[in-house]
Amino acid sequence: MTVSYENSKVIFQGIKAAGITSLSALPETWLGLLLQQAEKDPDVTLIQVAKEEEAIGIAAGAYFAGQRHVLLMQNHGFLAAINGIVSLAQLYGIPLCMLIALRGHWGEPYPWHTRGGIVTEGVLRALGIPFEYARDPAEVGRQIREAYTFSQSSLAPVALLLTRDLMEEPL
Amino acid sequence: MRRAECIAMLYPELDDKLVVTIMGACAQELYDLGHKDNFFYLQHAMGLASSIGLGLAMHLPKERVVVLDGDGSLLMNLGTLATIARYRPDNLIHIVFDNGSLLSTGGFDSHTTSGTTDLAAIAQGAGLERVAKVDSVMDFGEAVIDAFNSGRLSVIVAKVAAIGPNHYGMDLQLPENAFRFKRFISSRRQT
Repeated sequence: MTVSYENSKVIFQGIKAAGITSLSALPETWLGLLLQQAEKDPDVTLIQVAKEEEAIGIAAGAYFAGQRHVLLMQNHGFLAAINGIVSLAQLYGIPLCMLIALRGHWGEPYPWHTRGGIVTEGVLRALGIPFEYARDPAEVGRQIREAYTFSQSSLAPVALLLTRDLMEEPL
Repeated sequence: MRRAECIAMLYPELDDKLVVTIMGACAQELYDLGHKDNFFYLQHAMGLASSIGLGLAMHLPKERVVVLDGDGSLLMNLGTLATIARYRPDNLIHIVFDNGSLLSTGGFDSHTTSGTTDLAAIAQGAGLERVAKVDSVMDFGEAVIDAFNSGRLSVIVAKVAAIGPNHYGMDLQLPENAFRFKRFISSRRQT
């Protein structure tokens, strides 16, 4: 398994093109190359958290501060952050634009990712969080921009699921 | 020492600060002194008040941010201390009222009551340099003044009695609190 350098670059360019100036993240393999670019970019504030639920609070602070912020996490981190999503973002009407690495899905070779991958879509639906799958590097920039716009207009969390097709080099 | 006394002493200093409180007694005691639009009460999502404070402080370097936390909430998100220590925004003051109790949910002892868990030591171990530990109102006041004057990231762990208000309730809807807090910040950014 090799993470796609080209597509990581395309995603970061999409984040920049959406006018995002602030990122919170918990590093994971698929997000690694993307986060390395964010670290090097002087126009982007990158806040690395110890656990993903912290990022929900940090995103709320960034929103109050008027900063354009997106959250980067693995789907297992999303599952670990649910109380913050429900009892801070949804309760108070705070937008979250979450870019979520969808591990444990079609083609997943690692058993430890599979349970989280299988339940992610169902949990998003149960929480009423609108989501889309990002598969195509030609589309992902538009999808990030639209996800951000929708989070701001709906004052709610939205999720863009980064799939294997997008994040890994083809075998 | 009662938390309400500490908050009353702090209150006159909060006019020009962004204040984030945890739920329950702490929020109520601040609200009862008189709500201001620069106060945000996190009435759920225990543990995240300090994360909101970090997000505010890092994106608003010209503002002073004060977080009013509690032992029960902080124990739910100890990683926040390490994250704050990593980014060390000097415009953040993190006050932890340690009443050793999950007071708002029935008064069960928290882990700090047994005397084995020392939140100030955990904060220091996380890499926070300025950590004060106080158990009198006078020491609390001095620690607050010192924190404000230093202009540096500061943590104050205040040992308080497990006593809360005799009533709960606010004439403020939760999204309304968020909208007004955000509007307060954006109006200050324009001036």
